[in-house]
Amino acid sequence: MTESPAPARTSAQDLDRLVAQFLAAHPPASMDRLEFLRARFDAGLAWVHFPVGLGGLGLSRSLQAGVDAAFAAAGAPDNNPRRAVIGLGMAAPTILRHGTDEQKRRFIRPLWTGEQVWCQLFSEPGAGSDLANLATRAVRQGDEWVVTGQKVWTSLAHEADWAILITRTDPDVPKHQGMTYFICDMHDPGVDVRPLRQLTGEAEFNEVFLTDVRIPDSLRLGEVGDGWRVAQSTLMNERVSIGAGALPREGGIISTITALWRAHPEARTPGGHDAVLRSWVAAEAARLANERLRQQLAAGQPGPEGSAQKLTYARLNQEISGIEVELSGQTGLSYEDWALRRPAGVDLLSRSAGFRYLRAKGNSIEGGTSEILRNIIAERVLGLPAEPRVDVHVPWKDLPR
Amino acid sequence: MKDLLYSDVETQLRDGVRDALARRSPVATVLAGIESGQPYDRDLWRTLAVEMGLAGIAVPEKFGGAGGSLREAAVVLEELGRGVAPVPYLTSAIVATSALLACGAGDELAALASGQAIAVLAVPFAKGPFPGTAGAPAVAVDADGYLSGTVAGVADALAATLLLVPTADGLYAVDASAPGVTRAAVVPLDLTRPIADVSLAAVAGRRVAEGPQAAAAVDAGLLTGAALLASEQLGVAQWCLDTTVEYVKQRHQFGRPVGSFQAVKHRLADVWVELTQVRAVARHAAACAAEGDADLAVAASLAQAFCSPAAVHAAEECVQLHGGIGFTWEHPAHLFLKRAKADAIAYGTADRHRVHLAALVDLPG
Repeated sequence: MTESPAPARTSAQDLDRLVAQFLAAHPPASMDRLEFLRARFDAGLAWVHFPVGLGGLGLSRSLQAGVDAAFAAAGAPDNNPRRAVIGLGMAAPTILRHGTDEQKRRFIRPLWTGEQVWCQLFSEPGAGSDLANLATRAVRQGDEWVVTGQKVWTSLAHEADWAILITRTDPDVPKHQGMTYFICDMHDPGVDVRPLRQLTGEAEFNEVFLTDVRIPDSLRLGEVGDGWRVAQSTLMNERVSIGAGALPREGGIISTITALWRAHPEARTPGGHDAVLRSWVAAEAARLANERLRQQLAAGQPGPEGSAQKLTYARLNQEISGIEVELSGQTGLSYEDWALRRPAGVDLLSRSAGFRYLRAKGNSIEGGTSEILRNIIAERVLGLPAEPRVDVHVPWKDLPR
Repeated sequence: MKDLLYSDVETQLRDGVRDALARRSPVATVLAGIESGQPYDRDLWRTLAVEMGLAGIAVPEKFGGAGGSLREAAVVLEELGRGVAPVPYLTSAIVATSALLACGAGDELAALASGQAIAVLAVPFAKGPFPGTAGAPAVAVDADGYLSGTVAGVADALAATLLLVPTADGLYAVDASAPGVTRAAVVPLDLTRPIADVSLAAVAGRRVAEGPQAAAAVDAGLLTGAALLASEQLGVAQWCLDTTVEYVKQRHQFGRPVGSFQAVKHRLADVWVELTQVRAVARHAAACAAEGDADLAVAASLAQAFCSPAAVHAAEECVQLHGGIGFTWEHPAHLFLKRAKADAIAYGTADRHRVHLAALVDLPG
């Protein structure tokens, strides 16, 4: 790895100059894509808030947007953020915080350039909302750990080279204490990835069966038994999904039923009218709340309102797509395709009403159920007391399941 | 996109109003004042309108006001809602003042801005800002220029010193104590904002606007009222949420705080989520009103279509989650329930505003 040419402290003006110099020395149009990305990483312009030597310059995260814009304007190749999403958003910050120097040097550069795809082996059939109940066992054998268990709802597992993995290493202590966090080679012969077909017919996710997977102790992240704390820093990095720009009025899913309503006078009924108008009002209120949250963040006053947005959009997506299917009448009886496909991504607006309706059912489950989100709001925002718990002081192996 | 946050000036203003209300009209004493035969808190009005200069906050300096904006007035309304304060601020300082501004009636404006005069628009409180939907005016002007007729359900008419009376012949300013003016109190659903039936029998008045300008002035008053009422509704809902959260932390049943039960927590989380949206919608409506934005009609109807049911929901949850004490006369929760429900009718129900939106945003029925 080459040393970054950046001085110890770099101002925003210096940064603009560095970007311009880099782009002059590395013309994106005539360079090999991967060579360009590696050079960008080595110049500290991958993510400027990362340390020098790990793709950054130790600057404020807020300066990154300007750098990205300058690279995009110059026609620079991107690192395929869709495939790199888990690596960039979850693995990298966790390795940075808890990894050894060797792990940082080995993994972060190919992760950022997109050469190596990552996935996240967290959820299990018996550990969804209650992640700390996970049962995948890791047993130490000399310098290795032998891992057996089942993970589920794993995006990108069928494309991934590496995984961040949380396991149970001590069943005899209470559940939050007996976990250990690893980096797992997805090409290990004991890793079996199978598509998990959803009620939409598609398989965005996977089930991952781990049978005697051998992981060297050098790929442990954090201390033995400290996996829950390491996992917390991964989960804290789950992105708050706030649009980069303000949506226009009737932007988003509400556009599906307003367009339908205007185009099909024959479908209009008083009840349908009321439903469309109520949805219009709810969507516009949510849009303004999202805009207000953006303004708070821009003003350096982040509030807890972000947690409200996921709840609201899950509900709106479900309600509006449900109205749309019924407004579609006879057309609503047909579906696009039940074939098992592996979609590259999910864009509700580019799909059919039936798909929207079915896929939106996942919105109140994935990334924290709406029930868990209400608990989080009630306890962390409103300060209400937690439910009494029966699972905190009992050894994990003795918990009912 | 409008600025939906609060400025430092607005935050200081909020603190000042909240302090004044805490000193002069704590929620626990509001009901006692009303029951002692004082439907209005005239001392509180003097403090807010005269001493603090809030009646003229959004009135230009040339008319004797403070030259501020309706964004600031909206913050005042948030706090007045939070305190269910029995003062005619919304009706006089917002609605009547906006109508007079639209007709440039300088003399009346100066009196209102100083807080010395209190004016109300003599239309039913339920009337919304829906131009062209009004029937024949309830008050007629005879050949000699005298006004006669009855307007039912005028909010704060009993507190008013001046009535702004729409007629087919223009908008008239009428001295509320003039011979021939009768104000008959109605038993109000909302104890903190009395209403009255106003009758005029050959009363003299001064015409402040005529023709289309008169109709435009009434519309301006009602439109501003609908937009700014959302901020009052935000304040009402915020009190209900805050008070309920504190209560369920303290109240124990089954050996634990009732606020630790998910059945209770989830309902309060939902109210909080709704309030984040009420705040954004109310700030947007206030900003549109302050700037006379072309989008004001949509913003005001959105505000009432969204904030009315949200404030009622917060108040209903407040009563329910307080359990027995919330159903008593003694606890102030009912004042907020009644205010929220009356506000849901004021300046047009949510349903009427949705119907109005249908025309404004091209979603025909």
